[in-house]
Amino acid sequence: MTHPAILETKQALGETTLIADPARIVDLCRYLKDSENFLRLDTITAVDWYLTEPRFEVVYHLHSLGQNPQSSIEARRLRVKCKLSGTNPEIDSVTSVWRAANWYEREIFDMFGIGFRNHPNLIRILMPLDWEGYPLRKDYPVHGYKYSYAKGE
Amino acid sequence: MKQHHQPLEDHVATIAAVEERPATPVAPRRMTLNMGPQHPSTHGVLRIVIELEGETIVKAEPDIGFLHTGIEKQCEVNNWQQVVTLTDRVDYLSNLANNLVYALTVEKLLQLEIPPKAQWMRVMLAEIDRLNSHLVWLGTHALDIGAMSMFFYCFREREDILRLKEMISGQRMMTSYIRPGGLALDAPRGWDTAVGKFIKQFPTKVDEYENLLDSNPIWKIRTQGVGFISLEDMLDLGVTGPMLRGAGVALDVRKTEPYSSYEKFDFKVATRSENDVYARYRVRLEEMRESAKIIVQAMEGMPEGPFQADAPHVVLPDREKMKTQMESLIYHFKIVTEGYRVPAGEAYVAVESPRGEIAYYAVSDGTSKPYRLHMRTPSFANLMALPTLLEGTLIADSIASLGSMDFVLGDTDR
Repeated sequence: MTHPAILETKQALGETTLIADPARIVDLCRYLKDSENFLRLDTITAVDWYLTEPRFEVVYHLHSLGQNPQSSIEARRLRVKCKLSGTNPEIDSVTSVWRAANWYEREIFDMFGIGFRNHPNLIRILMPLDWEGYPLRKDYPVHGYKYSYAKGE
Repeated sequence: MKQHHQPLEDHVATIAAVEERPATPVAPRRMTLNMGPQHPSTHGVLRIVIELEGETIVKAEPDIGFLHTGIEKQCEVNNWQQVVTLTDRVDYLSNLANNLVYALTVEKLLQLEIPPKAQWMRVMLAEIDRLNSHLVWLGTHALDIGAMSMFFYCFREREDILRLKEMISGQRMMTSYIRPGGLALDAPRGWDTAVGKFIKQFPTKVDEYENLLDSNPIWKIRTQGVGFISLEDMLDLGVTGPMLRGAGVALDVRKTEPYSSYEKFDFKVATRSENDVYARYRVRLEEMRESAKIIVQAMEGMPEGPFQADAPHVVLPDREKMKTQMESLIYHFKIVTEGYRVPAGEAYVAVESPRGEIAYYAVSDGTSKPYRLHMRTPSFANLMALPTLLEGTLIADSIASLGSMDFVLGDTDR
């Protein structure tokens, strides 16, 4: 499996991880879906490595149904990671490849404040629409009170 | 005297004039209907904004987050074994599946070997949990469609299951019974008899449900051919579980990537090809029969041996040992105060919950608390398909379609 967007391949605990170039993520995902038979996007999430740079990691988990035995990948699951800087983190949306990305990207936007370019409807999904701050960032407090009522949508 | 009424001939003339007037095309008036967040058939706090043209749904937009409790954030401030109690609360109808996937993820990071007895018990409990979840689904789904009595029959058996769960763990719902390293306790005396008694009569109960519903013409009319969604759409939207199996794809993590010795059990993956609400009902019914078979196999072939891994730094010591042996006391103190440390790394483990594929992604930085724990929950992924499922169908069918997805809102919002 070779693609110009793959920077590094890692193996740990029986899981394969690709470190990918964030600028070419859509390209890579399209290639993985069409040529390597990863039909399903399992989930997308992010990890905040606060105080290090690049600060954010966007993690894609892909799943192959194994319908194509000629595929060059043995593993049924694959992890793709993109590292993003802490200032104004943004990456291209993969909703054009898998529609399943829609809500996961909204969730990451909601929880980490990472922007997704070309996303059809990038608004908060779990928190109220007028919420301030990004709860899953490491510099967001766990305790404290805050009341919010969504203003008219 | 003033005449109030027009003469009859005038009326006739007006009606004729109206009929002769050319019909002007009227644009169909769209109506926005707000369903939920407190609607009885949304099974939790789900709000759907539906746009209607007549009785046809043109647009459906789910609005979630009403049950968001920040479980993923709370996991980051609790230590690894405290998180077990949080996983119970994610999907409160199949908490053991959540316990199991969490335990498997942590064990993968710790590279722990789990003794066969614990593995078999886990399989047995996961299947008991599947029965529990499917029974609640069947009862409430039938209730939504109008078959009231199903609810009582299903909850009668569910009560037996809750008693079993209480017997083994002391809790009816939030059991926290499956933990990293094995199980919380050994099975109590009389467990085999209780499960045996329940499972012996359970298949006849499933037949009873089947007879009750399949001999009901209203049930068939309201479910057959309703709630169709194409297979391409489902794969693209990440739908898993009985919905996908109702469309003929035998995707079941228990078979494709066996965990916890599922490969040693003999069972079939139930599939149907109709891809409608009825197919999903048949799939779940078949899964209940298969689960019953697995439970019988687990009971008959239960291996002897310990129910916890031989890892004193992870598993809490026996009470007796803790009070008599110094090492056990030290380990107990360390685990309870600081918690055990998990080597730095990341792991992604998926299991088959009653609702579909549930997967946890854990990142550890080598400390005694998870650095990040992401839950890929089946309800969240399945609910993403709701607009595709509802759009173009009738509003009256939306209840049946919604119910057939079997989502839990706690699982969706976390």
